[in-house]
Amino acid sequence: MSYKPEQFAPYMDMDESCFAVVRREGSVHDKKLDTKPVGYFRDAMSRFARNRGSVVCAFVILILAIYAAVGPIVSPYGGTQYDNYYSYALPRNGLCVRLGLGFWDGCSSVTANQQTYDYYSAIPGAIVEASEPYEQVVDAGRKNTLYDLTIDSYAKVGYATVLLTSKEYEAARAYEQEQGVQLFYPVIDDSQVKYQVNKGNANGWYLTNAKGVAQRDENGQLQDIFLRDENGEALYTISKMNGAQVQCRVLYSEWYKYQHGHEASFLFGADSYGYDIFARLALGARLSLVLSVLVSSISLGIGIVVGALEGYYGGWFDLIFERIKDILWEVPTVVFMSLFQIYLAKKVGVIVTLFFAFIFFDWIGESSTVRAQFYRFKGQEYVLAARTLGAKDRRIIFRHILPNAAGFIVTTSVLSIPGVIFTEANMTYLGIVNLQSSTVTSVGTMLNNGQAALSTYPHCVFFPAVFISILLICFNIFGNGLRDAFNPSLRGVEE
Amino acid sequence: MGKYILKRCVMMVISGFIIMTMLFVLIRLLPNQIHAVQGGFDQAVRDMRKAWGYDEPIMVQYGIFLKKVFTEWDWGFCTTIGTFLQDVTEYLAEKLPYTVYVNVVSIVISTPLGLIFGILAAIFKNKWQDQAINVFIMFFISVPAFVYAFLLQYFVGFKLNLFPLVLNTGNDFFSWSMLRSAIMPIMALSFGTIAGDMRLVRAELTETLTTDYMLMARTKGLTYRQATVRHALRNSMVPLLPSFMADVIYVISGSMIIEQIFAIPGIGKTYLLSITSRDYAVFMTISMFYVAVGLVAGLLFDLSYGFIDPRIRMGGGKTNEL
Repeated sequence: MSYKPEQFAPYMDMDESCFAVVRREGSVHDKKLDTKPVGYFRDAMSRFARNRGSVVCAFVILILAIYAAVGPIVSPYGGTQYDNYYSYALPRNGLCVRLGLGFWDGCSSVTANQQTYDYYSAIPGAIVEASEPYEQVVDAGRKNTLYDLTIDSYAKVGYATVLLTSKEYEAARAYEQEQGVQLFYPVIDDSQVKYQVNKGNANGWYLTNAKGVAQRDENGQLQDIFLRDENGEALYTISKMNGAQVQCRVLYSEWYKYQHGHEASFLFGADSYGYDIFARLALGARLSLVLSVLVSSISLGIGIVVGALEGYYGGWFDLIFERIKDILWEVPTVVFMSLFQIYLAKKVGVIVTLFFAFIFFDWIGESSTVRAQFYRFKGQEYVLAARTLGAKDRRIIFRHILPNAAGFIVTTSVLSIPGVIFTEANMTYLGIVNLQSSTVTSVGTMLNNGQAALSTYPHCVFFPAVFISILLICFNIFGNGLRDAFNPSLRGVEE
Repeated sequence: MGKYILKRCVMMVISGFIIMTMLFVLIRLLPNQIHAVQGGFDQAVRDMRKAWGYDEPIMVQYGIFLKKVFTEWDWGFCTTIGTFLQDVTEYLAEKLPYTVYVNVVSIVISTPLGLIFGILAAIFKNKWQDQAINVFIMFFISVPAFVYAFLLQYFVGFKLNLFPLVLNTGNDFFSWSMLRSAIMPIMALSFGTIAGDMRLVRAELTETLTTDYMLMARTKGLTYRQATVRHALRNSMVPLLPSFMADVIYVISGSMIIEQIFAIPGIGKTYLLSITSRDYAVFMTISMFYVAVGLVAGLLFDLSYGFIDPRIRMGGGKTNEL
């Protein structure tokens, strides 16, 4: 609609006398509002609270975040400590061991032949349960004696050979006296080891034949092959480097207790390096959560600025940025990631590179959302009114349009968090982003490492996989609930 | 319409060209492999640089590259992976069938399933069938592919020992042993697609089922079945078919994760290998391959709207006229 100047003519020459003050003080409301006004956010929150699934998921996310924050602190291994002897140790929960539930107790069932049975029976505590031997006919009528064993994956580490300085040795001996435990065991006479596999293994302390079957005495006991001095006394140390160091044989579980002050027992098991998966997973979760939240908030910032400028002003700025976004959008994520890693990883570190790479394409979606919202709102009457009253562009953008679009923008931003976690897990899983180091890991990297032992030690894959699945599912449901709450008109519409 | 298609095609070519230039420059600026290969024999290094085309300014190199690509379809040669000095295009042509094979079977299975279950979910909205389908959708949309690929590999492949753990890499694509070994990767690929399709179909159809013309059709005396099949389903297909068509194009790009897990020697696995072993020509070619697939799929996606539903005028201005 357009107005002709002559329409305004009657109103052009009016002076002050034409106006009279109706009321100078107070407000002109007829009646005060009886109830408390409900704002947009409060309204949205009450709608959100009614959506039970989303609230539950929000709590689950909170719990997972708390786990990520305190996991490495609670765990005695701290996520950075590892022990090769306990590589692939099975998950063990103290409660399940005490109740004797038969699972989650760090034990595994194996079928063993005579050699393996002898090997484990020489280690204190390794065999939790053993069946009676039974015979199985293998090819050509040969018979094998087999046992069904339940093996404790912690105790089966058994003995270990350590090199100590004489000072350390004395200290350990003193500890032995003080605590009344036995750390040191006699060393093995290597010349008597007949079974090649047992050579150099601290667990091969018993007499065997060349095939590895133990030669038991008349009572059925194992016979030792300890190194003895001329009086027949078993020796506990072998002097090395002219007496500067001694080589001795220790029971590793006791030795671990002596060194770390606690027993080795991993709630989620240990991975191939002997890291505690509980603590490592929390480290990975920290990375995923911090990275995704940071990336989505920063790209939200960039997205708001770019999207607002594009949407509000339009014109050539809009055109150029739309083309740039189009082109960036077409480049696959993997290409981005790998180029960023190749170029930047050595200079600023892998994580910072990952972070930049994410921001580099995550703002595109964000700015498109903001742009669409600006296009939607900028033609509305209240914007026109604000402009007529003399509001500057900046005021219109930040005080009028943005608050109206806030719900939509924030929910898009929240919904982009699981996307970032998803991509991060994929990239680290594929090894394009390599995050394996002593202080940092990621869920994808853990899965990648665990994959090699999937059939034998599924726990390495199981716990990270369960974690990432729960996290992503909860984030998606939570985000959907938030979107439904903020944009009731979009309920049920999936995009 | 023709004008719009032409415009879109030109835009697509321009985008592709800009991306190709960016990629070429970025890849050529990487520390090149010749220093790594040679240990300081000046003459040898110089000869090699010349032979591999590193001795010119970068834009000249790009010119040579473009000329080779457009006149002879020569994208360079393999260096660290494949047979040394083998043509990249030839090398990738060996890899492509595996990717296409697994993906084609997957899409043939998953599209109808996605459609059927999506329709069921929409018809039984808010009943238990819908809830069950929703749980399925939520799970397979959220959880990364490798998680359920692991589940399949461990339980179906290892514990039950039903299928081989990795793809049988024979050349006979139609043999039973090949298909049998491909079943697990196909399943892993399909879950995500089925869930995605189901979500789309469900959302579209529920919206269509509540429209006024559905009420009109029922008032007119059509049975629920007739109204759904003849009116709702057809109309809800309009936004769905383009995405199905885009899926068909994406068949050739495949999934890196699934290929990695099930040891499928396809494009995705080769791409990962080219990154880790720094074979730049292969890296460049596959990157451009992915870009091209994305561009073509996007174009098809947009254009198919106009073809399927004549009411939608593509590329019109404010007045929606061509």
